[in-house]
Amino acid sequence: MVERLSGLWTHLQTLPVFWLMLTLAVYQLALQLTKRTHGFPLANPVGLSILVLVLLLYFTGTPYERYFAGGQWIHFLLAPATVALAVPLYLQRERIGRLLVPLLITLTLGSLFAIGLSVGIGWALGASPSTLLTLAPKAATAPVAMGIVEKLGGIPSLTAAVVILTGITGSIAGPWVLDRLGIREPAVRGFALGLASHGIGTARAFQESTETGAFAGLGMGLNALMTAVLVPLLYRLVS
Amino acid sequence: MLTGFLRLLAFLVAGESVVYLLALPLPGAVVGMAFLLIWLLWRGHAPSENLTKAANGLLQYLSLFFVPAGVGVILHFERLQREWPAIVSAIVFATLVSAAFTALLLKALAGRKNGQESRHG
Repeated sequence: MVERLSGLWTHLQTLPVFWLMLTLAVYQLALQLTKRTHGFPLANPVGLSILVLVLLLYFTGTPYERYFAGGQWIHFLLAPATVALAVPLYLQRERIGRLLVPLLITLTLGSLFAIGLSVGIGWALGASPSTLLTLAPKAATAPVAMGIVEKLGGIPSLTAAVVILTGITGSIAGPWVLDRLGIREPAVRGFALGLASHGIGTARAFQESTETGAFAGLGMGLNALMTAVLVPLLYRLVS
Repeated sequence: MLTGFLRLLAFLVAGESVVYLLALPLPGAVVGMAFLLIWLLWRGHAPSENLTKAANGLLQYLSLFFVPAGVGVILHFERLQREWPAIVSAIVFATLVSAAFTALLLKALAGRKNGQESRHG
């Protein structure tokens, strides 16, 4: 029986559906914990879930590829969800139209600022050139940042990690920073969260209101375009 | 819900196709989002209940979809151990300072514009 039990674990480990189920279960628990500790900023469902799953893989010695065989079914939904952001954007079209010029100016300067500051801080603290390249597009959504880094000869999978940590930082501490600055307008809060911390910031913004979420989606989408234009240009300038 | 999801996937595939054909340095999903937005604006009436349901259903769980890619951080422990002060500082400070910068700039620009609008009537 004991032999069977240890055999069962070995068997389950090879099943993609096992890791799919664990990911959903861990996320569900993280979500409940976040709700229960209402307002405690470190209780972030994405951060908590990743932490628990990383520990689980580490202590069971499971390779990431094996985990991802199940995780990819969730990962896949990122793309249609990104397309779906057009719906809340459409519903906010009048407000966006009225703010178009300020939004575009803010986008250009904000995007430059985010790239410059990331690389600047990394450089000042002695990061290697390949790490600096990975940090540059980190405010953009993961697939864009990974695409840019891949084209310029960096490390795409490290980019994914850095981009996601950026999103978690923005979603945990971003609203707190905006509160301290006295920023209450949903459009402004959303645009800032989306521009600086892409989809994870956008998911956090939707928790505040649909309008905040829609502007976050706009900030994320526009900054994806802007980063894809600016990072290769700046890279050519410095190299 | 199914037709709504199908519509999202159709726009995603359209986005992927254009990215491939024009060799754009953008993900297909972002281009697909732009196409769906243009299509909604061009039609000019509210999105169907099907599409709204599918979109809201997905967006409700947006943060979940980042988890599997995030677990990939496990592949980079070594580099993180070596360069963590630079990486963590760049992530934390650059993210929060650029969120603050963006918010203050947009508030200043949009506030001025709203002020002008209200002066005109």
